[in-house]
Amino acid sequence: MSDLQYTYAVARIRSKELSLFSAATIEQLLARKTYENCLQFLQEKGWGDSDTPMDAEKILTREREKTWEDIRELVPDMSVFGILDYPNVFHNLKAAIKEVCTEGNTSNIFYKDTNPSAEEILEAVKSRDFGSLPEYMAGAAAEAFETLLHTRDGQLCDVIVDRAALDAIYQAGRAAKDEVIRHYAESAVAVADIKIAVRSQKTAKSLEFMKRALAPCDSLSVDALAHAALGGPEAIRDYLAGTDYAEGAEALAVSPSAFERWCDNRIIYTIRPQKYNSFSVGPIVAYALARENEIKTVRIILSGKLNGLSDDSIRERVREMYV
Amino acid sequence: MLGQLGGVYALLGAAVAALLAGIGSAVGVAIAGQAAAGVVTEDPAKFSKVLILQLLPGTQGIYGLLVAFVTLSKTGLLGGSMAAIDVPTGLMILAACLPIGIVGLISAVNQGKTSVASIGIVAKKPEQFGKAMLFPAMVETYAILALLVSILAVNSIPV
Repeated sequence: MSDLQYTYAVARIRSKELSLFSAATIEQLLARKTYENCLQFLQEKGWGDSDTPMDAEKILTREREKTWEDIRELVPDMSVFGILDYPNVFHNLKAAIKEVCTEGNTSNIFYKDTNPSAEEILEAVKSRDFGSLPEYMAGAAAEAFETLLHTRDGQLCDVIVDRAALDAIYQAGRAAKDEVIRHYAESAVAVADIKIAVRSQKTAKSLEFMKRALAPCDSLSVDALAHAALGGPEAIRDYLAGTDYAEGAEALAVSPSAFERWCDNRIIYTIRPQKYNSFSVGPIVAYALARENEIKTVRIILSGKLNGLSDDSIRERVREMYV
Repeated sequence: MLGQLGGVYALLGAAVAALLAGIGSAVGVAIAGQAAAGVVTEDPAKFSKVLILQLLPGTQGIYGLLVAFVTLSKTGLLGGSMAAIDVPTGLMILAACLPIGIVGLISAVNQGKTSVASIGIVAKKPEQFGKAMLFPAMVETYAILALLVSILAVNSIPV
């Protein structure tokens, strides 16, 4: 599909962007005194449906469904959006492996609407038929399953699957024709690597562990990052200061929540130029990511209100908005 | 046969003017129309504004038609009695028709793309319609210049 064939879809997305929450709207939500007031505000803004109960999770789930219903209506070839689905697909793989290995029943932790579906993944793991899974996850699925079965090391199983997810995102990004997807993949993998390095440093993980967990990408040297993580938080900040992720180093110095916030903001900065692109699938991908970011931010605010956090404390965690 | 060849070239000029500029306008209006439809799907109240932006790339087709009419009139084909046109004159008429044909084609397609971008402005900030209309209107300048050159040249060629 040529770029011009997305003209109708992009024009509709432009109109839909009007209902995205701006920083001012987020401030209005923050200003609501109680959790219930916040839910009421969301309903006034049209979140959920008329029959959606006043329940945060149900409202947010419905909003996510609405986004993907819109995108499915606008884009006939959904393969472009596969890269956004990978985190959920690989989460389902982890859940399936753990369910089969522990013989438990954890059906409520699977993401719905993935490709392959949670049921297909679970069936493939149950029957040890890993070849029926997509190529990008088959190898990791077999390795993670055998590892958990023989070592009962859930963390190692997670590391194998998470690494496969990052590799799949990176490869999909490299193969993508659209610039926004290439940039998103690079940013997503690099930010995930930085998060892994920071957490590994805090939990004193070995160099081998980090090398197994870190996914190579163009904008970071995983070898240098892993060695920096061994040297402590300052070494990580020093290394990042010389890369495209220098602002991440500054956020790391402030607080863990400021760093988490920077990680998500980085993705928003990556997609922001799509606001001025009238053709190609880029603005539609950006809209999907912006909606995910918006829903995540609202979830953070609602959790903060529910747990009685101060407005300033919640504000520190609020992400940048796309519009 | 050679005596009629000049007339063939002149007619070819009229065809080039109408064809190329018409194709350009069709493509430009179609691209802008898709964007306009997208906006109207979400907000039907913006119909009149996006319709004007959609129509802007349509003018090149009219310019091409105008030059074709002038050419046909010049050669006497419209009146039913075609003038005797030698080969150099026929080639000169063909050359005179090229500006609106080529510039019409390229400017209409690009004006259509600019209209799409302006329709994006109207989708988000309808109060900025006046400014949004100026961007595709700028492209029109070059189609008008080409139209002037083609009409002046066709009219100046003695038949």
